[in-house]
Amino acid sequence: MKALLILWRRELALAWAGGGGPLLACGFFLCLTVLVPLAAGGDPAGLRPVAGGIAWLALALSSILSLERLFERDLEDGALDLIALGPVPLELTVLAKAKAQWLAVGVPLAVTAPVAAITLGLPPAQAPLVAFSALIGALGFALTGALGAALALGSKRGGLLIAVVVLPLFIPPVVFGAGALERSVNGLSPAPALAFLLAYVLFAAVVTPFAGAAAIRNAQG
Amino acid sequence: MLTVAGLTLSRGERVLFRDLSLSLASGEAVALTGANGAGKTSLLRALAGFLRPDAGSIAFADVDPAEARRRHLHWLGHLDGLKGARRARDELDFQCRWLGAAPEGVAAAVDVLALEPLLDLEVRQLSAGQRRRLAFARLIAAPRPIWLLDEPFAPLDARWRAALGLLMQAHIDKGGAILAAVHDPLPVAARAIDIGAGR
Repeated sequence: MKALLILWRRELALAWAGGGGPLLACGFFLCLTVLVPLAAGGDPAGLRPVAGGIAWLALALSSILSLERLFERDLEDGALDLIALGPVPLELTVLAKAKAQWLAVGVPLAVTAPVAAITLGLPPAQAPLVAFSALIGALGFALTGALGAALALGSKRGGLLIAVVVLPLFIPPVVFGAGALERSVNGLSPAPALAFLLAYVLFAAVVTPFAGAAAIRNAQG
Repeated sequence: MLTVAGLTLSRGERVLFRDLSLSLASGEAVALTGANGAGKTSLLRALAGFLRPDAGSIAFADVDPAEARRRHLHWLGHLDGLKGARRARDELDFQCRWLGAAPEGVAAAVDVLALEPLLDLEVRQLSAGQRRRLAFARLIAAPRPIWLLDEPFAPLDARWRAALGLLMQAHIDKGGAILAAVHDPLPVAARAIDIGAGR
């Protein structure tokens, strides 16, 4: 556990080193949610029915931005070899790095999400649900994103490959998250959609460590 | 401490070596020699668990290989594993503590490798030799019995080659073992194993 804390601290420091990566993701998120109403003609009433879906799509795209660096920079500078010889199995290391990615990027995005959703026309009363669901969804994005980053390790166009691998995997949380908001706006309980969202996160938490570690071992060879 | 039997290793379609056997005993240094492309680095990476051999076995005396690699093995390859944008102090702290070093071990490594004046600099500001000393610190700070070193002295000047030679000798005297891929002789008494001329 102590070793994982050491790794978390380093990952968080790296996320903020050299230009504040999480702020870039949040800025991209807000830009997307400002651009969509402008592109749609500036009619808030027309946008309102799909505001939740657009907010979740923007959240998913913003979550991809810094994934390329998650393992790639450690592979390039040899740190991945060092990490692999640490006291923690590589599977747990993958999980720890995904959680650090969530803390460094996902949580700031979830904090930004209510602002983005309100900009898109969602009622301000939905803000707590937006933040809560985005917090869960961002964990799912970090986990499946870590898997995509591990699978793309060592490829020449890793960033593009991650997007191609990861975006289809992001469909379920986008559907469940947007569904939760839609149900809440229509006066229904968002709990069923949130339960599916949570189930997705748990599934990703089980699959990502093993598949991600296997992909990393393959890339190290 | 380490026994390799009948190891065959290939990279892609190219077979680097076949049926290689070697052993590394406590208190021993082995210099792994061979031409460029002979497979020295690949052999060390296979021993560290980064490459899967085609055939043969790698055994660590009575310890599960995965556990041995997590607890008993140090790896120092061509790449130092250091982040250029971070301060040397932060990288040193991470590398040493990740491998289980105690604070006093880190302090001792800083002292013996004369790293103190470098610690507040960013890693990218350090020379290749200074970065190598910084990376070497983890071997001193977090004692592990088996050192796998790939061209450990390449970026170092004569003074630091000699100093690191003394540290290697001290490790051997304490019962440790060193397997180093080198082109030049090691600065400690070492058994030489030539793995071939390359292809």
